[in-house]
Amino acid sequence: MELLSGAEMVVRALRDEGVKTMFGYPGGAVLHIYDALFQQKDITHILVRHEQAAAHMADGYARASGKPGVVLVTSGPGATNTVTGIATAYMDSIPMIIVTGQVRSDWIGNDAFQETDILGVSRPIVKHSIMVRDAREIPAAIRKAFYIATTGRPGPVLIDIPKDCTSPLEKFEYPAPAKVKMRSYNVVTRGHPGQIKKAVDLLVQAKRPIFYTGGGVILGGAAQALTQLVRQLGAPITNTLMGLGGFPGDDRQFLGMPGMHGTYEANMAMHHSDVIVAVGARFDDRVTNNTAKFCPNAKIIHIDVDPASISKNVPVDIPIVGPCEQVLAEMLDIVKKDEVCLDKEALDAWWKQINAWRAYHGLRYSKDESILKPQQVIEALYRVTKGDAIVTSDVGQHQMFAAQFYKFRRPYQWVNSGGLGTMGFGLPAAMGCAVAHPDATVACVTGEGSIQMNIQELATCLQYRFPIKIITLNNQSLGMVRQWQDMQYHGRHSSSTYEESLPDFVKLAEAYGHVGIRVTNPADLDSAMEEAFSLKDQLVFMDINVDPTEHVYPMQIGEGSMRDMWLNKTERT
Amino acid sequence: MRRIISILLENEPGALSRVVGLFSQRGYNIETLTVAPTNDPTLSRLTLTTQGGDRVIEQITKQLNKLVEVVKLVDLSEGPHIERELMLVKVKATGAQRAEIKRSADIFRGQIVDVTSSVYTVQLAGTTDKLDAFIEAIGDASILEVVRTGVSGLARGDKTLSL
Ligand SMILES: Cc1ncc(C[n+]2csc(CCOP(=O)(O)OP(=O)(O)O)c2C)c(N)n1
Ligand SMILES: [Mg+2]
Repeated sequence: MELLSGAEMVVRALRDEGVKTMFGYPGGAVLHIYDALFQQKDITHILVRHEQAAAHMADGYARASGKPGVVLVTSGPGATNTVTGIATAYMDSIPMIIVTGQVRSDWIGNDAFQETDILGVSRPIVKHSIMVRDAREIPAAIRKAFYIATTGRPGPVLIDIPKDCTSPLEKFEYPAPAKVKMRSYNVVTRGHPGQIKKAVDLLVQAKRPIFYTGGGVILGGAAQALTQLVRQLGAPITNTLMGLGGFPGDDRQFLGMPGMHGTYEANMAMHHSDVIVAVGARFDDRVTNNTAKFCPNAKIIHIDVDPASISKNVPVDIPIVGPCEQVLAEMLDIVKKDEVCLDKEALDAWWKQINAWRAYHGLRYSKDESILKPQQVIEALYRVTKGDAIVTSDVGQHQMFAAQFYKFRRPYQWVNSGGLGTMGFGLPAAMGCAVAHPDATVACVTGEGSIQMNIQELATCLQYRFPIKIITLNNQSLGMVRQWQDMQYHGRHSSSTYEESLPDFVKLAEAYGHVGIRVTNPADLDSAMEEAFSLKDQLVFMDINVDPTEHVYPMQIGEGSMRDMWLNKTERT
Repeated sequence: MRRIISILLENEPGALSRVVGLFSQRGYNIETLTVAPTNDPTLSRLTLTTQGGDRVIEQITKQLNKLVEVVKLVDLSEGPHIERELMLVKVKATGAQRAEIKRSADIFRGQIVDVTSSVYTVQLAGTTDKLDAFIEAIGDASILEVVRTGVSGLARGDKTLSL
């Protein structure tokens, strides 16, 4: 058997888990590990400029590839800097491994230099965490971490390793990888057949059915099974912010996103439905609006791998705990074998109603010759990238416009922080996507506010030549905050504008060694965008001036039901 | 409604803090908590009491089950069960009070486990209600100190919570 130091075991165990790239930043407590990394070729390390970005990159990598992202940081400030990134991954159930260095074992608890109880700090935002106490535990700890992070409902797992456990002076036998077995952690592999049958029976009786599907479909690799089932049945479907791409966004059966900024037709259809098939969605408050008024006539089937998600916010009628992919495939089998179909007459009437809603609103907005509307920019992005780019976003109005106007056709194509809503996520996440898919077109839709939260990563992009296209919808304000202030605070824009302090983003991009393009005239938009995307090997920072007074609509009215919405500044349902 | 949740937990560092953290993080309250290793030293048995309606308790048990170190759990209050709590009470015991307290302790099947010229220490085991009743009977004015272990319990009959 081979003899390895603790640090070498960290690297070897990661390699044995299939890790090719990791994201991190060195410091005292992890120097042994960095030295071990230096002496091998299997794993590439991306040096970030801020540890928060390392976590978002690993997260973006995971969201674009379906494989866990790996982060390596030092103790103390290195570890605490990852906290927002871990929380972001946790809220969206993203598989991630965070390896943090810790001060040497005999110093723990003494307030040693760069000591933080990162296990304690991160406890509420991880799926699990492991403290290594002895170098010999390292291989098993890493295997266990990957197993937990990637199975069931995925999530981040943190491993804290004291510096002495990675010492190059002590060598140990490295055990061959073995299957992880844990008596206290069991993952459901199959939904209950009786429940699945019941669900199909309920669907058959439906007059106004709708599929409401979320991030679980993407994470569970269930997009294909879902698409087949929904097409087979001919029912309408809505995808949550996290579920976009789970069903082709350009399909007639797709109603767009539901919820706070969902489409009129999706929200109306949800509200008036009589059977909802919820798949890998969690009845988030940004979807349901007031749960007491949620879809008053609907019976609910809920498929989810996490039993705790079921009946948490909204009580459901037919719970099915199981992997989305397996359950949907089994439903499809039954539907095909028993030649199940929906009530044709009722379905026709339902589609007639839905198409009337669609015609009534359908995300309409008014254009202006003198100033670009943000919606136009996303439409241009969709055209120029032929709907094929991987799109990441930050948080704010631009995020909602991207979700509404880019029609995602496949899973792993849309990457955003839905649960935590983390500004600063977009650029590093796009970098993670670029690592996962070096040949893909990756666009980051952002705002001039959000992009400044991790702007330092432009330097990392130069070092590793990530040819990302940054599409900044520059409305010179924290637009989403400003929209709320317009609607609920009589237009008092408290701390949501910058008073002429915005940097010149074109010069800034150039200073970082990239290309900057500014667009102010609506007539120039398409050609500028074509130009940006023709520069295949370069990062292009597009600073696009858009109408600062534009709001995102529809917008649900607080405390109301799903159908209570503002449709524009003056019209409501 | 008061519930008694009994948990079989991996006896590992950090496991208890995850259970306790879950309660504060999700806004559930813990009224009592006891924990100790079982006959299998790799496992701890934890009993906690909490208040909540059916939906809240369902969420609590589901969330607890998600914790990686939780091996198994049961809501004892769902069926017939035995619950016990141990209490030590230090009471003023001078003059006529001495006989009075001795009598009360006997009635409640308590034992006097420490004595000075002015103080009795009474040990009492039983349900929470019984211990409350004893405190009531003695009266706050005489009580110097109370320490209770919190509830532990198990299901009646053949049912067990084990691997
Ligand atoms: C880290 C963080 N801080 C604060 C917020 C609250 N917030 C949500 S949207 C928003 C404004 C975003 O501004 P910008 O990036 O310019 O996007 P816009 O809404 O203008 O498109 C703010 C401050 C947040 N989501 N994340
Ligand atoms: Mg803005």
